[in-house]
Amino acid sequence: MQDRTALLSLIVLLVLFPVFVTQVEAISHYLDVMIFVGIFSLISMGLSLLMGYAGQISLGHAAFFGLGAYTSGILCVKLAVSPWLAMVAGPLLTAVVAYAVGVPSLKLKGHYLAMATLGFGVIVRIVLNEEVGLTGGPSGLSDVPGLKILGAPLDSELSFYILVWTLVLLVLVFCLNVVHSRIGRALRSIHDSELAADAMGVETARYKVMIFVLSAVLASLGGSLYAHYVGFLSPSSFNLLFSIKLVMMVVVGGMRSLWGALLGTWLLTFLGNEWLHVFKDFDILVYGAILLLVVMALPEGLVSVVSRLGEVRKRGKESAG
Amino acid sequence: MSAMDARRHQPSELLHVDSLEKSFGGIRALQGLTFSVAEGSIKAVIGPNGAGKTTLFNLITGLFAPTGGIISLKGETISGRRPQEIARLGVSRTFQNVLVFGRMTVLENVMVGRHIRSRASILSTGLRLPGMRREERQIQARAMEYLGFVGLEDRAREYAGNLPLGEQKLLEVARALATEPKILLLDEPAGGLNTRETERLAEIIHRIRGRKITVVLVEHDMNLVMENSDEITVISFGQKIAEGKPREIKKHPAVIEAYLGEEADYLNSPAGRG
Amino acid sequence: MEKLSLGGQLVQYLFTGVTVGSIYGMVALGFNIIYNVTEMINFAQGEFVMLGGLIMVFSAKFLPLPVAFLLTIAVVCAVGILMERFTINPLKNATVLTLIMVTIAVSILLKGIAMFIWGKDSYIMLPFSGTEPVQLFGAAIQTQTFWILGISGVVVLLLTLFFRKTRYGKAMLACANNAEAARLVGIKVNFMVLLSFALSAAIGAAAGAVITPISLMEYDRGALLGLKGFGAAVLGGLGSFSGAVVAGLLLGIVESLCAGFVSSGYKDAVALLLLLLVLFVRPSGLFGNVEAAKIKKF
Repeated sequence: MQDRTALLSLIVLLVLFPVFVTQVEAISHYLDVMIFVGIFSLISMGLSLLMGYAGQISLGHAAFFGLGAYTSGILCVKLAVSPWLAMVAGPLLTAVVAYAVGVPSLKLKGHYLAMATLGFGVIVRIVLNEEVGLTGGPSGLSDVPGLKILGAPLDSELSFYILVWTLVLLVLVFCLNVVHSRIGRALRSIHDSELAADAMGVETARYKVMIFVLSAVLASLGGSLYAHYVGFLSPSSFNLLFSIKLVMMVVVGGMRSLWGALLGTWLLTFLGNEWLHVFKDFDILVYGAILLLVVMALPEGLVSVVSRLGEVRKRGKESAG
Repeated sequence: MSAMDARRHQPSELLHVDSLEKSFGGIRALQGLTFSVAEGSIKAVIGPNGAGKTTLFNLITGLFAPTGGIISLKGETISGRRPQEIARLGVSRTFQNVLVFGRMTVLENVMVGRHIRSRASILSTGLRLPGMRREERQIQARAMEYLGFVGLEDRAREYAGNLPLGEQKLLEVARALATEPKILLLDEPAGGLNTRETERLAEIIHRIRGRKITVVLVEHDMNLVMENSDEITVISFGQKIAEGKPREIKKHPAVIEAYLGEEADYLNSPAGRG
Repeated sequence: MEKLSLGGQLVQYLFTGVTVGSIYGMVALGFNIIYNVTEMINFAQGEFVMLGGLIMVFSAKFLPLPVAFLLTIAVVCAVGILMERFTINPLKNATVLTLIMVTIAVSILLKGIAMFIWGKDSYIMLPFSGTEPVQLFGAAIQTQTFWILGISGVVVLLLTLFFRKTRYGKAMLACANNAEAARLVGIKVNFMVLLSFALSAAIGAAAGAVITPISLMEYDRGALLGLKGFGAAVLGGLGSFSGAVVAGLLLGIVESLCAGFVSSGYKDAVALLLLLLVLFVRPSGLFGNVEAAKIKKF
């Protein structure tokens, strides 16, 4: 199966990456960037299921990312809860919020769903900003502790890299399995014709909410990891622009494919953390331009280029053979 | 004709529609509609455009609830219930404006039909447990069977959106059959089909009846209707104006008057009069 | 400044509410105009307002106010036209998601361009007729408020005349009702779409230009203004012009009262919560037709 080869290739690349990168001084910090790629990949895989497979949209996923981050942060800093416990509490709380918001929101479609999620995302950011006693407000929440496994602190980049990407691979395999199953087919049927899916007995409303909650929980998990890695949280990191960047990761990479989400996340994270530094604040111009170009010229995303190349090669072999 | 008006469930009756009413705002789409469908039969519902036939199907399959009246399946009330519940109880349908899952393959379309007859949860699929894998194989095998039933096995790996209209219509039939319905509602299955395709369709309808599945057919193709149905109900402006066997309906004055058109020409033609 | 009595405070908040509500109403009108013709939501609507404010500040430095005002409207109108021609028109059979992404992309671009030109600072300009507030019913009302109410009123009046009396206006309403039929009778739907974007941009610009003396303007104000304007549009029944104006005023008043009597930090959240409430409970809005809304693609 194509997925199996892709998965193996990814694992090989992930293993070789730190080995290679730490040897070259100029790019040794790429390890740090790759950790962020991993964290954001958790979110984008969930979004890919929601948008690419189930055909819905969320312009507020930064809120779930933020909920996870701040839950971990607040529990650890204010209540001295163990980070691992906080990482369970975060997704639980997020699941409840996502369910409460999801049930009424997912009755809406298209523009209205987009606006509802947008509104929700901004409300959460406002709350994070205003509840200074709890979150530290605009000045942020600092000294979030790092993670420890069996007493040993995960304070090296490499150890965090391994943790994050192991998690990503586990989630990836889970999501791939879901995609290639009756549930994956049910989601795609909702995307292609919700009416026909209803008539065939697919519980469209339930599935939409379920996948929304799943994507929120994944985002929240990413948020917790982010909190423990960076150690400092500020509401401005969880704003509308970040929600849009998350959507871009999925759209630019290719919505109808989990691999597209990974590709898009990798590209946009490296752009944002590395290659667009020369633009400073004007990187948003580049983002806007990329989104516009992709949506207008390459709506199926970058992954479609890869698969089209594969088709051309296959046809070439067939005609040559 | 009198048996239709009995309120108690008749043993051979599968579907019973009783005093059905549906209004959309100010428009009364259906009023006081009552009829039954005998188990194992092929019933056609005909009538001029706008008569309310698709609304009837939408009510039976639960797309919306009636404003009055009751629909029951083997004595059990299904009107007002959700489409998913009704599908699970054994009612399936095809759509007038074909609604295949265009970006999924032909085989996957039919596999979606197997959705309500399968059970794997998100956990067992995510973890790919052995029970789920077994069920997947069964789903695929049964889906291929249904494709074979309508003659589309060769198209299994193609995207449904790329199929010509005639084959998409057959795909919808296969998909609907995959839900293992007791009764199958076909909404203008012959619309846009040529003669050869329509004949193939008729043959499939008979084989469906052979599998003990009741068929209700909304159709404009009079040939198809007259040659293949056991009983016909005629609706005009949301009301039943006639009901009976094909040969009775052909001569029925109210029916001829309601149609006043190509159908009337048919009814007056040698084939129609015969 | 002397402490205002409770009644005075109430009047103050009401006036603020009505002022800012007029702006929301105008943004909502912009949404409705485009929605009526294209059935899409223009996520860049708020950016038109932002551009209107910033361009007005800039041009008012060199030109007399009325000229600056008209210039601002013309420039932003041109932006709207460019947006439609280059990004909307080419996407004839696009999915809803694509259209959403495109208008979002344009809004990001416009924000970036504004930041490039004007930086991140907030800009202020002098109110149109002086800084002396007017004493009214126990409160001090800015003169700019009357400008805002006046210009909003003129905009609504002009729009009404446009739609009722002019050929183009009636053609646009026809498109809103039934684009297919409109095309069949010879109405150039493409041009109507272009016109809708031009009009929305113009109205947005007017709103931005007239609010800046009171509430400043910076490059990233567009998103929140757009969201609140959308909230007003939905509250009033998407597509309904009179609904938009009334709902905008209502929204502004509620927001202002909340900011005054409850908490000013959460002021923005109020409008957003109302938006969510309307979408969840009654998407047809306060004045919309429930049955018609069921057919609309909510």
